[in-house]
Amino acid sequence: MSGNEDAVALKRRSLLLGAPALAGGLALAGPSRAGVRTNAKIVIIGAGAAGLATASRLADRLEGASITLVDRRREHLYQPGYTLVAAGLKSADYTVSTTREFVARGVTLIEEAAAEIDPVGKTVTTDQGKRLPYDFLVVATGLELNYGAIEGMDVARIGQNGMGSVYAGPEQAEATWRAMSAYADKGGVAVFGRPPTEMKCAGAPLKYAFLTDDTLRRRGNRDKAELIYNAHVKTLFSVPIVAEKVRMLYADRGIRVTHDHVLRKIDLERRIATFRTPNGDSEQRYDFINVVPPMRAPAVVRNSPLPWQTGPWAADGWAEVNRHSLRHVRFPEVFCVGDVAGVPKGKTAASVKWQVPVAVDHLIAAIQQRESKESYNGYTSCPLITRVGRAMLVEFDYNDNLVPSFPGIIAPLEELWITWIMKEVGLKPTYLAMLRGKA
Amino acid sequence: MKDLDLATLIAVFQEMLGWTLWPIIALAVLASLAFLWVVLRDRSLLSRRLVWAEICGLGGGIAAVLIMQAVTHSGFADLGGPIDWLLVLGIFAFGAIGAALGCYALFGLLAGRKQKTA
Repeated sequence: MSGNEDAVALKRRSLLLGAPALAGGLALAGPSRAGVRTNAKIVIIGAGAAGLATASRLADRLEGASITLVDRRREHLYQPGYTLVAAGLKSADYTVSTTREFVARGVTLIEEAAAEIDPVGKTVTTDQGKRLPYDFLVVATGLELNYGAIEGMDVARIGQNGMGSVYAGPEQAEATWRAMSAYADKGGVAVFGRPPTEMKCAGAPLKYAFLTDDTLRRRGNRDKAELIYNAHVKTLFSVPIVAEKVRMLYADRGIRVTHDHVLRKIDLERRIATFRTPNGDSEQRYDFINVVPPMRAPAVVRNSPLPWQTGPWAADGWAEVNRHSLRHVRFPEVFCVGDVAGVPKGKTAASVKWQVPVAVDHLIAAIQQRESKESYNGYTSCPLITRVGRAMLVEFDYNDNLVPSFPGIIAPLEELWITWIMKEVGLKPTYLAMLRGKA
Repeated sequence: MKDLDLATLIAVFQEMLGWTLWPIIALAVLASLAFLWVVLRDRSLLSRRLVWAEICGLGGGIAAVLIMQAVTHSGFADLGGPIDWLLVLGIFAFGAIGAALGCYALFGLLAGRKQKTA
């Protein structure tokens, strides 16, 4: 490994907390950067992970700027915790805090939803009619769960009659646990899968099949159960080496895999899921199902000039940005970070952790009329839980390379306790520190 | 600040432990200073006190491992590779050294007080 790669790995370790002691010698913090003086108006749409982290970093590096965050939701949701809630390990409130407690000093929070983006007129309009002119815009809206695209799906019934859906929110994650736990007491057929769209944390649906298998085993009911994972394409994961490992683990755990299956309809009364396959519709009866909805950009972005015009990300409205700078390709004053960015690979908190400093540096470079040397390589990571107590640390980039933060120490494709510790103890505080721009 | 530096670690531990972070650090520093003070006062490590402190340390190490397992809903069956065993040893050593050091200091302070009383 070259010196440069060593340095990159060291940087990544700051995200993967819980193992700081392993990292060896720690450098003291360097001298703080002198603030850049500017009177630029910066509007940030969305106060989720990406929006808050961006606001914190901009507030830290700029002096005199007007930084405005726009988001109607008052709660902040720690979404990486949903899996732990849906595994019965944490309560719903583990994932809920308030947006305000993470808003950096000097940043104005407007608790209204962005209704319209006009990147030509450089204005954002809120649902209350407030017009916010900007010099720079950061779009961090997150994404929209499109449950409506699944015929027969009813979000209000999550947790009932064997139907769960981890993604919908903290209460729904908890309701999913109740449904899965009830299933694990009896056994039967459990059905898993993922949508054909881009999605946040593509490892989560895989994890939930592992966790259901684990719960069944702990209850002594694994032999009464059949677990089926319906992959939407011919692989289980977009990174080939990870897909192969999961395939082997699923074989070991007795989780049957079918390919080219996309959930298009669900009968919640009769417990029948209908999948679109190359050979026509295929029905599966289930006793438990984890519904993962299709995902797309929120309407405010889809209905703006920001989405891709052609290509695989056009239909769902993902923002057309340069994948290395997160800067919009047609509107250079606009940056898009987090889930809404139309880039390959992860829509995860780890992606946010790596995207935000790059986008912020490019934005500040634009203010200073210089070129930024920062570049985002697509890094994302996923502690892929394989049972309660073990996980695999999966880290990769745009090119499907594994990019381990602890080469030679923590093997990326091994089921390890230390990775589980990181997930359960280290990840949330690191995430919260990231919101404050400190990690 | 993507780098792993001291400020990042403090920020993360502050999120993890909240207001208890600084009292915990203060307690650790006080215990260390008390240990040093007792050793300097006695001008040596007293073997009888050290043995009792080591016994306490053993308990502290075991407690640290069991507490970590309880907090993380896991157990020895979850150890999957050499790094996991090293982590267990590290947690044990952390608990053992902390408990032994603290107990030695406490015993020394109590003994000192008794001598004064006598």
